[in-house]
Amino acid sequence: MLRTLCIALAALGLTAGAAHALTAVQALAIAKGDNDARIAALDAAAASRDPRLPAFVQALLADEVKIAGDAVYIVQNGKATDAASGAAASLPEAAEDASNNNRLRSRLEATLASLQLLSPEPAVRSAAIGELAKTSLDESQLPLLEQAFAAETEPALKERLQRMRATLLVSSSDRSKRLAAAAELGGSTQSAVAGLLQERLGSAGESDTEVRAALQKALAAVRARLAWGERLAVVFTGISLGSVLLLVALGLAITYGLMGVINMAHGELMMIGAYTTFAVQNVFRTLWPGAFDLYIVAALPAAFLVSALVGAVLERGVIRFLYGRPLETLLATWGISLVLQQAVRSIFGAQNVAVENPGWLSGGVQVMSNLVLPYNRITIIVFALAVLGGVALLIARTRFGLFVRGVTQNRSMASCVGVDTARVDMLAFSFGAGIAGLGGVALSQIGNVGPDLGQAYIVDSFLVVVLGGVGQLAGTVVAGLGLGVLNKLFEGVAGAVLAKIAVLLLIVVFIQKRPSGLFAMRGRSAEA
Amino acid sequence: MKRRFVLTATCAVLAAPVLLPLPAFAADTIKVGILHSLSGTMAISETALKDMALMTIDEINKSGGVMGKQLEAVVVDPASNWPLFAEKAKQLISQDKVAVVFGCWTSVSRKSVLPVFEESNSLIFYPVQYEGEELSKNVFYTGAAPNQQAIPAVEYLMSKDGGSAKRFVLLGTDYVYPRTTNKILRAFLHSKGIGDSDILEEYTPFGHSDYQTIIGKIKKFASEGKKTAVVSTINGDSNVPFYKELGNQGLKATDVPVVAFSVGEEELRGVDTKPLVGNLAAWNYFMSIKNPANAAWIKQWSEYAKAHGIPGQKDRPLTNDPMEATYIGMHMWKQAVEKAKSTDTDKVIAAMAGQSFKAPSGFTIEMDAKNHHLHKPVFIGEIKADGQFNVVWKTPGPVKAQPWSPFIPENKGKKDEPTAVSTVAKK
Repeated sequence: MLRTLCIALAALGLTAGAAHALTAVQALAIAKGDNDARIAALDAAAASRDPRLPAFVQALLADEVKIAGDAVYIVQNGKATDAASGAAASLPEAAEDASNNNRLRSRLEATLASLQLLSPEPAVRSAAIGELAKTSLDESQLPLLEQAFAAETEPALKERLQRMRATLLVSSSDRSKRLAAAAELGGSTQSAVAGLLQERLGSAGESDTEVRAALQKALAAVRARLAWGERLAVVFTGISLGSVLLLVALGLAITYGLMGVINMAHGELMMIGAYTTFAVQNVFRTLWPGAFDLYIVAALPAAFLVSALVGAVLERGVIRFLYGRPLETLLATWGISLVLQQAVRSIFGAQNVAVENPGWLSGGVQVMSNLVLPYNRITIIVFALAVLGGVALLIARTRFGLFVRGVTQNRSMASCVGVDTARVDMLAFSFGAGIAGLGGVALSQIGNVGPDLGQAYIVDSFLVVVLGGVGQLAGTVVAGLGLGVLNKLFEGVAGAVLAKIAVLLLIVVFIQKRPSGLFAMRGRSAEA
Repeated sequence: MKRRFVLTATCAVLAAPVLLPLPAFAADTIKVGILHSLSGTMAISETALKDMALMTIDEINKSGGVMGKQLEAVVVDPASNWPLFAEKAKQLISQDKVAVVFGCWTSVSRKSVLPVFEESNSLIFYPVQYEGEELSKNVFYTGAAPNQQAIPAVEYLMSKDGGSAKRFVLLGTDYVYPRTTNKILRAFLHSKGIGDSDILEEYTPFGHSDYQTIIGKIKKFASEGKKTAVVSTINGDSNVPFYKELGNQGLKATDVPVVAFSVGEEELRGVDTKPLVGNLAAWNYFMSIKNPANAAWIKQWSEYAKAHGIPGQKDRPLTNDPMEATYIGMHMWKQAVEKAKSTDTDKVIAAMAGQSFKAPSGFTIEMDAKNHHLHKPVFIGEIKADGQFNVVWKTPGPVKAQPWSPFIPENKGKKDEPTAVSTVAKK
């Protein structure tokens, strides 16, 4: 939104002539000095509707303004121009950055937007209204809003402007205006409006009883609308956490759930996936910096293969000698997890490594004024479902899946009918390890990548698999998403620390009542 | 009888080299212990301190050492594991016989090693801002006390330039430093007329990585009244997911500013700072401070990092406040040892009082005559798009530390110097 605004402004700045040029004195007053004086200078320049002002304000916001003595320069793409005249200039050595603090920055943004309210382009006006709605307006901006309201032709924009005007009129001295404004504000979806209404209802605010009642009503209406955003946010964050849990548990659902290997090194297989992502990112950064945003796509198969390879080596080297001896497997794989951690520490160092989100995974989509769904979370939910679908298809529909099920249900019978059980074991284990690697790619996008990344998730992944019922893919899905939503519900009420404890307690109680999990395996194979 | 003699003799022979430090080596060098986590959740912050300590030792050695003796660093890794801090401290003191230890970041690790240092009457220099409420004779606190960081930062947020915040979210990692700091801040806010309904306190475990709910709560709290600001005492690598989520959820500093006490240049290394522009940090030093002393120090660090191939730092050298505090502390210790002409703990403590050092922050920093804390200037900076800080407010000069916060009523009458019987020993 801001971007379209900026482009439009840049265009405006270029086309507008220097009929009413910003003077050097004005530019200096806006760029340097005491904050109060700078804001006063900015307001004065804005009131005279200076055509060069938008470009200058935009440069200030982008930290492109430099000051040397009394001269102010705009430096863009390494080229300096004089801020007042717009003529090319050479930047003196001693030029200093003009610095803005939050107060100035929000004021600059508001000024930029308010200058755009009268733009001929509806899209620009719409963006400007959106930008202004987020800032807190003050009395001095009322005439401008009135002007924009009178000139507005689009009904939708007119309505938004009217509501914005109401945020100012609600503290007007005219009682009827306040009353009308209160009614108007009841239709708002902005969380800032709720804050404003609350403030008006405070001790220093409204005193008239009738207006107070109208304000109360408006506040209740806005709150009710915002409550939906909050509820949806809890559901979304729950599903998001659930999808992460599902991803980290899916690999384990195969190695532990189907094959019965208590694999304590599962977390480290995820860590290897995350480090592979890091390595692929670095390769892209040095070899194809132009295609950097795509590194994550290349990281997926790479992480799967590397983790699967490590898994295959583990299975062939250690685990195959320990089938049917859960205690030894547990100890051996725990040892392996320590070895893998130390190996990573020796190669990459003990500190976390920085995995940057590609541009298209940064930011989020604004669904409601108080509900933003971040792109990385949405992508992980979709990705978890895709991996789940892939695993389910592979296990249920392919010949390899048939062998895996056959071998895990009745090893000797499968062997009798000619299945190479050793090979199936190895492939199934490395497949589970590969899925863990994919989980690692996802984790690298939301958390820290370090040697002990796996430790943070190993308990969670076992919990999900055990809770869901060992050997049941559907159980893993329900348990993963269920735990995610439950955790987020508790967290909203009791905070992150207590929520973690509460969920653990709940699982302990549940497992006491139903030792075989949500979806207990039935039939002969359950006893095997 | 004979057998027992043989056994005893063998033991004695085996133990001799361990028990008796070889005098030839002891005469040549002075050992200095470095106790910082090089792995685990705190490694993100503490690794740079280890490297800075090594650089300072290198610098001191090149200029002739301390009393003509070279310093020898003994580096251990307590791995972000609090009980392990105590074990490693014990090892440094009784096995390696170090003269002084530089170390710890989190207050919980400092509390863990404190009994070890008090019991053996050894010295530790603690380089990080902390919550106060402690004053041990065996510790020199070269970071900020609450009145040198937290209180000025909140005062700034309440000022016109800071956005006139009226409501506060106190967000922290769940351990002693954030809990105590927030207790002090709550009392401070009460004294400024801000009630409990306008304060939201939230904690997350160490290493927490899912900040969706917290950000949601901040948004909700901000929509319920006047201008809201967040005071973050989140420590360690949790800051990366916290700031990532903050950026992704589109919560801008102009709407709800976040001021952090444990986030500096180093912690922001792996974060895309463009969406975070305007969020604040309060420290006694920023890398962006312009003065000749700072420029020279940054240059020295860059060259050291390059020469020693320190990962990350060799490509993009960064300095921060705790690194500066480590640097100041080690130089002051050197000066004190030379003044006392001994590394004996009590003599060094006596000589530390009133030591001064020209610090990279541009001020001449002085060790208080009594309370084991430095007089430090306070800076408040806003995050810029390049991950550096733009100083928007500073004190005119160094401020004296108040380890016992005046906002906590129980502190009334407590002495501003270490008491003879330590707080820990009483227990």
